[in-house]
Amino acid sequence: MKQDFKILGTRPIRPDGLDKVTGKAMFGADKSVTGMLHARILRSPHAHAEILSIDTSKAEALAGVKAVITGADFADVENRWTRYTMQNCMAQGRALYDGHAVAAVAAVSKSVAAQALNLIEVEYKVLPHVTDVDEAMAPGAPVLHEGVKARKLGDEVSGNTVGYYSFGHGDPEAGFAAADEVIERTFKTAATHQGYIEPHACLADLGGDGRGELWCSTQGHYMVREVCAEILHIDASQLRVTASEIGGGFGGKTTVFIEPVALKLSQKAGKPVKLVMSREEVFKASGPTMSASMDVKIGMTKDGKITGAHAKLRYQGGAFPYNMVMMGAMSAFAAYDLEHVQAEGWDVMTNRPKMISYRAPGAPMAVYAVESVVDELCRNLGLDPVDTRLKNAAKEGTKSSYGPTFKAIGLVEALEAAKAHPHYSAPLAPNTGRGVACGFWFNFGGQVSVSMAINTDGTVNLIEGNPDIGGSRASISMMAAEALGIEFDRVRTIVGDTASVGFSDVTDGSRVTFAVGIATINAAKAAIKEMCKRAAMIWEINEEAVEWIDGAAHATGHNTGTLPPMSLAEIAATSGKTGGPIAGHHEGAPDKAGVSFGVHLVDVEVDPETGFTSIKRYTAFQDVGKAIHPAYVEGQIQGGAVQGIGWALNEEYIYGEDGRLQNAGFLDYRIPVASDLPMIDPVIIEVPNPGHPYGVRGCGETSIVPPLAAVANGVAGAIGTRMFALPMSPPKILQVL
Amino acid sequence: MACVVIFGSLRAFTNGEAEMEISASTTRELLNKLAARHPALAETIAAGVSLAIDGEVFKEAWFTPIGPKSEVVVMPLMVGG
Repeated sequence: MKQDFKILGTRPIRPDGLDKVTGKAMFGADKSVTGMLHARILRSPHAHAEILSIDTSKAEALAGVKAVITGADFADVENRWTRYTMQNCMAQGRALYDGHAVAAVAAVSKSVAAQALNLIEVEYKVLPHVTDVDEAMAPGAPVLHEGVKARKLGDEVSGNTVGYYSFGHGDPEAGFAAADEVIERTFKTAATHQGYIEPHACLADLGGDGRGELWCSTQGHYMVREVCAEILHIDASQLRVTASEIGGGFGGKTTVFIEPVALKLSQKAGKPVKLVMSREEVFKASGPTMSASMDVKIGMTKDGKITGAHAKLRYQGGAFPYNMVMMGAMSAFAAYDLEHVQAEGWDVMTNRPKMISYRAPGAPMAVYAVESVVDELCRNLGLDPVDTRLKNAAKEGTKSSYGPTFKAIGLVEALEAAKAHPHYSAPLAPNTGRGVACGFWFNFGGQVSVSMAINTDGTVNLIEGNPDIGGSRASISMMAAEALGIEFDRVRTIVGDTASVGFSDVTDGSRVTFAVGIATINAAKAAIKEMCKRAAMIWEINEEAVEWIDGAAHATGHNTGTLPPMSLAEIAATSGKTGGPIAGHHEGAPDKAGVSFGVHLVDVEVDPETGFTSIKRYTAFQDVGKAIHPAYVEGQIQGGAVQGIGWALNEEYIYGEDGRLQNAGFLDYRIPVASDLPMIDPVIIEVPNPGHPYGVRGCGETSIVPPLAAVANGVAGAIGTRMFALPMSPPKILQVL
Repeated sequence: MACVVIFGSLRAFTNGEAEMEISASTTRELLNKLAARHPALAETIAAGVSLAIDGEVFKEAWFTPIGPKSEVVVMPLMVGG
């Protein structure tokens, strides 16, 4: 593994910075074309209702209206998961949650479209609803879809229970019998939204011949192409999708919510259609994460050894089947080396919007529950929380709680860094508590395509297929420059549309810098091989006698004399005379992404009069393998911590008795902003991933996993009482003070 | 022969059998033999599974080599955010 770098680890100016600060960058809603229509969506006011009829005649008769569609305009699809996505974009037969789309209009202006919505007459028959996970899972609950109950489950759970997972080894009961203290607690966490600043937006142009163009804000435009082509019954090759700049995603843009609707309206109207969600629609009808109800039981000896652990996780994921609780069950105890451990999880449907991933999906809430119980055990037994975690920490060779045996990992290093940090030994002020928690995320590889062109002026263009949601264009350019041996600013990386470069999986799972990085290095190797060949031709020596060193071909054979090195620029300049353009490309599906651990340390102050919690100091330690561009890595660590702080203290979907969402806006769903927080101090730990040539691990998601528990543990210290539900908003804290 | 570990809830489809030995040189061959031995698992395998081979996690990679003494952990297909 390469460990001596010239480019990696430096902090060049971000290539997208100027466009973003000057407003030049084109986001989802920024694209317009001549003659385009504006679309609006009519949404259900009921949590659960049968759609008896929809009369669109008055809307269609309104001047300026060019197309009206309902669920009846969408033909069935074979794949049931695609069908769920389609029926989430536009209800068919039943509205399953407050905000579920039931009809859409395309008109010559936004105001005409809005006017037309008021003319659509929908007759509903209101049905019983359920929004709480425990109520939805109980026998007798209103069932959202028949026939989708998880296999092998009995009558003890309702038909809303669509998934069951269990992970672990050993015998937890035997572990509890060997413990000096056993604590069992029940926790609840609220559903939270990713809170991306940019709402979903797209511009669709689909002709009657099945050829189309789609511009949209997404984490995966190949995914968008394939799902939309399936729903619209057109060939994927005929739909070109371009990903706009993205104003945040965090997992929330790994599916489609509006694109099939805009395409269908465009097809029906014969004109381009622009569709932009309002913030209220984003909250009501784009996926938040799951809410959770969890039981955790852990046994520990007096000297801090965890002897047994068991978790039961019940997640609700909204109105359609899904399978995300398994990630929580797999993550729950991943930080620990345990002989006896089991984590079980149940996926449950409710009358809420269909969930979608949110940064380390499923892990933060499970880890919150586990790390809260570990903290309570430490406090009861008088143990240091970092020492106790070190005593039980997973390390290389540990059989993880979810199955695989860990390779080289950096949890111990992160814990030791936390213990040695001045923050850990700093004195605490009155009404202040200090919380510690570990977190974990898997990280993934997956399918990637990269095309690299060596230009005749010695510069390099690189096209990749993953939207840049966290600095990947910079990190990929840096890895290309490192591999080629040239300066960073000689490389420009762009995200190609679906017709420009081969398939790439969605930008998720902290996979892009890892997987696209490997493809980039391999593309560079292919280009280098060709450049060595061209140099050998010019020198009239064997290709095998040429080596690539520091951005130039070197003649290294015994009989090559004293030929001076030939630089990339020199070889590129004559490429037209030596065989034509020089390029490299790589398509693959790299695995071995390497898991990542983090440790967060926070001081919180709780005002005893108001119950308001303020973050006084926050330090986050994370193993990232190798930080390609440390400033971006620090940003990822800080961003995840801030989102987790919001989840812990204030963010929640609030439903009324009528099953309607009561806080669909940033005024009543308040996310932390810069003025709410101190500087989040990131500490980068580098334990190289043996599965990447430069040691890279994904780093985007781990940082949201520890903060829920870290903040909860801090609050417990500050007020002397533990709370068992998130968010710990001021009224809830006042109730227990 | 590779030691195949069926993890957690997937054991419901293998009559509780948690570990078994299967002779296979690639993941595809191993999954085909596993589905043949436990037909109840075939639906899950067809929908996609993740495999940990000697501690390295692979998604949907048919032709990943498996050593004669490898430990292969069969898990549900993992997804990210």
